Amino acid sequence: MLKKKVKKKLEKIVGSENFLDSQQDLIVYSYDATPDYQAIPDAVIKPKDTQDVSEIVKVCNEYKVPIVPRGSATNLCAGTTPLEGGLVMVFNHMKDILEIDEENLTVTVQPGLITLDMIKAVEEKGLFYPPDPSSMKISTIAGNINECSGGLRGLKYGVTRDYVIGLEFVMPNGDVVKTGGKLAKDVAGYDLTRLMVGSEGTLGIITEATLKLIPIPETKKTMLALYDSLEAAGNTVSKIISNRIIPATLEFLDQPTIQVVEDFAKIGLPTEAGAILLIEQDGPAEVVERDIERMAEICNETGALSVQVAATPEEGESLTSARRSALSALARLKPTTILEDATVPRSKIAEMVREIETIAERNNVRICTFGHAGDGNLHPTCMTDARDKEEMHRVETAFEEIFAKAIELGGTITGEHGVGVMKSPYLSWKVGEAGVDAMYGIKQAFDPNNIMNPGKIFAKDTRKRVVVQQ
Amino acid sequence: MTVMNRKRKKQIVNDFQTKMDYDELLNCMRCGFCLPSCPTYIETDGNEAASPRGRIALMKAVVDGKMEPDKDFEDQLSLCLGCRACEPACPSGVKYGHLLEEARDILESKKKHSPPVKLLRRVVFDQLFPHQNRMRKLSGLMWFYQKSGIQKVARATNMTKIAGKNMSTMEKVLPPIPSPARLKNRPSFVKAEGAVKKKVAFFSGCLMDTMFMQTNDATLYLLKKANCEVVIPQTQNCCGALHAHSGEKDTAKELAKKNIEAFEDGEFDYIISNAGGCGALLVEYDHLLKDESEWKERAQAFSNKVRDITEILYEVGLPDMELNSQIVTYQDSCHLRNVMRTAAAPRKLLQLIKGVSYMEMKDADQCCGSAGTYNIIEQEMSMQILDHKMRNVESTKAATIVTANPGCLLQMKLGIEREGKKDNMRAVHIVDLLAEAVRKKEEEKQTV
Ligand SMILES: Cc1cc2nc3c(=O)[nH]c(=O)nc-3n(C[C@H](O)[C@H](O)[C@H](O)COP(=O)(O)OP(=O)(O)OC[C@H]3O[C@@H](n4cnc5c(N)ncnc54)[C@H](O)[C@@H]3O)c2cc1C
Ligand code: SF4
Ligand code: SF4
Repeated sequence: MLKKKVKKKLEKIVGSENFLDSQQDLIVYSYDATPDYQAIPDAVIKPKDTQDVSEIVKVCNEYKVPIVPRGSATNLCAGTTPLEGGLVMVFNHMKDILEIDEENLTVTVQPGLITLDMIKAVEEKGLFYPPDPSSMKISTIAGNINECSGGLRGLKYGVTRDYVIGLEFVMPNGDVVKTGGKLAKDVAGYDLTRLMVGSEGTLGIITEATLKLIPIPETKKTMLALYDSLEAAGNTVSKIISNRIIPATLEFLDQPTIQVVEDFAKIGLPTEAGAILLIEQDGPAEVVERDIERMAEICNETGALSVQVAATPEEGESLTSARRSALSALARLKPTTILEDATVPRSKIAEMVREIETIAERNNVRICTFGHAGDGNLHPTCMTDARDKEEMHRVETAFEEIFAKAIELGGTITGEHGVGVMKSPYLSWKVGEAGVDAMYGIKQAFDPNNIMNPGKIFAKDTRKRVVVQQ
Repeated sequence: MTVMNRKRKKQIVNDFQTKMDYDELLNCMRCGFCLPSCPTYIETDGNEAASPRGRIALMKAVVDGKMEPDKDFEDQLSLCLGCRACEPACPSGVKYGHLLEEARDILESKKKHSPPVKLLRRVVFDQLFPHQNRMRKLSGLMWFYQKSGIQKVARATNMTKIAGKNMSTMEKVLPPIPSPARLKNRPSFVKAEGAVKKKVAFFSGCLMDTMFMQTNDATLYLLKKANCEVVIPQTQNCCGALHAHSGEKDTAKELAKKNIEAFEDGEFDYIISNAGGCGALLVEYDHLLKDESEWKERAQAFSNKVRDITEILYEVGLPDMELNSQIVTYQDSCHLRNVMRTAAAPRKLLQLIKGVSYMEMKDADQCCGSAGTYNIIEQEMSMQILDHKMRNVESTKAATIVTANPGCLLQMKLGIEREGKKDNMRAVHIVDLLAEAVRKKEEEKQTV
């Protein structure tokens, strides 16, 4: 419960219509897309502008009230679950495109803008914003920035980090900081822009962002290759990359995933195939043509059962959008769907996939795998039931073993979904104690009272590293 | 305001725990993919509580004992249009409509209505709608809307709101009521014009066969022209949609059983509906009766045969059609699109009419705000949605707005009336327009 005095002060800043604390409001801001996490906040607040944000933060800092900035709550690491109560801050009133600069090829936006709305607006001007997380039709830009989201086009174009060039954010003491700008180069001091990207709302509140755009590729072609096993598909991936071809998209789905995606999208995916690769190339027509041809050859050489190029852009689009529905479609199978995003160097994909299968078998849990094959980012997804405590325990063990294996192969515990609460016990496995200490030092320097999204990234205790029995 | 006493709250929680489908609640993985398709989420500027994900979370919180069912909760479920646009958008396949229906049924059955309201509800839900002959006697659609007014009392026990501002405008847009003599003489069989291509049965619907009789006549005319042989079982009844959506599930079930019986014998390939609102319940009779083992299969057989009129007409083909040159746009019926999944057929049919230039309007798939009795119960939100809709209609420059459900038709007419556009815009049911176009072409042929 917030003190009466605090509530009064906050209401005075935003107006009582923008301060919500009814039972209903608290329930609907108590969760995000992470299964089995829920915590009730003390209130929900909707600032109108940067000034409001700054004043709210000052009050919270004085009274040590936690603040959880929230976009659309689609994150998968319990990043916006208000574990320690406090204020959930939503940006419904801050979702405008402030400027599309066609000379400098940048777009400046407010934090609550929906990713896809922004992508559509810049595409109307012939410009291109590549990061396209599957959740883009509802995720917000600030959410993308704070998780450093990736997407289907990550292999060739990079992730959110590669497009954020300027930020305005409010420090936990209420100061407003501006970083970067419409600049291709800028080495004035520490790179705070990069620090904020992926900071999961633990360092400050983003109130404005300037993003880099590129010219829209002239053409695009999509193709689908079928395999009898995921491993065979993995071989194609390695071979494509080692042939120095960088396709825009290189995604894979295993058999159970194909099945559920087809059930939802009904576009005629081959449900009998053991695995499929979805490959896309964009750019000048002749380059696209040449690359697609060469990649089709490689698919055939590495054992694809069949290779099929989409006849029209619409057909291609329906394939990619079906891929985007994979996670939610898997959720049909069982009450609880837990998705991880262990990432390994590209060359280790096939090995990692094989290992995931063994781990699933050993722990007797059901795991489907799909993901961004091109950048080694796998999404092993476990279908389970949170009510079954015994099974949940096995699921946890399986995921621990997956993390351990990923790290052993030179990979990481999370490629794009962030640490949040879910993966905080494993953070030191990846970055080491010294790494965690360095990060914690930064956190303390920014936020000595620990009001910004407390309980995220830094775990109360670290899990003991599991030893994977071979 | 409905004040919930302790006992009622306890009962509600208890019923939520025993009756709500918990697996379905858990099936929502909270991905948020449905949010952009939800009209109330959009109109409230992104209020999570007014979104499908939010409403599911609220229902679940009641079951989990995390939240007491309070007035906010009831209001939030009432604000939901029941348009089910969230369902096709949901990759997890959450059956939101079923969850909503169950929740509303529980809230309604645990509600204490004041004696006059109780009496009126009984008259309307038990005595009137289930009886086709009584419906026929009922002259004046105002009655129908008064019933909605009653519902308003039931939901809010707030007498002043009943006489909504729309009532007088609503009166103006009602179709002329056919004479009692015509209402009595409904056909039971229609022969195909040429060689029979398909045998079908027609679900005439209680409102459709009274206030919208002209549309039913047009439907039979088109089926005949398309060489379909039509039987119209005389023992059929109101579909029960109104009941199912108003928390009167038991009556809905009774009606469903009567209809299943009425359509059980007879040889036909399809059961045709021409109102998206009715059709959507007909295709879900199997769900409605899922707990009654002796009815499950019979309901399944019935539901499998149900098709919207446009699907059949598009499949078998109509004679040539023509209209004076005009721009036409189409407003989806939510239940036709989201539950029956019919969206392409009506559009394709319209494009076959010579003289028609078809213009798709922005967000045609979004609810018009009519949603059964919603435009009376949640007047403010309904009109906000309608005003947005009319902006989109206007930018198509259409002279004719086509719909496929009586509720949507009245709502679009209301929109035209509110905008003062009566002189250069009209709203029609798709079968009326198709029939007009077939007739016109035919007359032309005869004069040549
Ligand atoms: C079905 C599904 C598919 C997904 N696919 C992908 C994918 O392909 N690639 C991918 O990378 N991710 C994916 N995600 C994860 C998720 O959608 C992304 O992390 C997304 O960027 C989150 O955006 P959001 O607006 O929902 O942010 P939220 O979940 O609301 O917040 C995310 C983080 O940002 C912080 N935050 C939000 N706004 C601010 C602000 N103004 N200032 C400071 N901090 C803020 C929050 O505190 C939180 O830590 C997927 C999720 C789902 C459910
Ligand atoms: S039925 Fe319509 S109004 Fe209700 S939650 Fe679904 S989309 Fe929103
Ligand atoms: S799309 Fe489906 S699973 Fe996702 S939040 Fe909406 S109802 Fe839940």
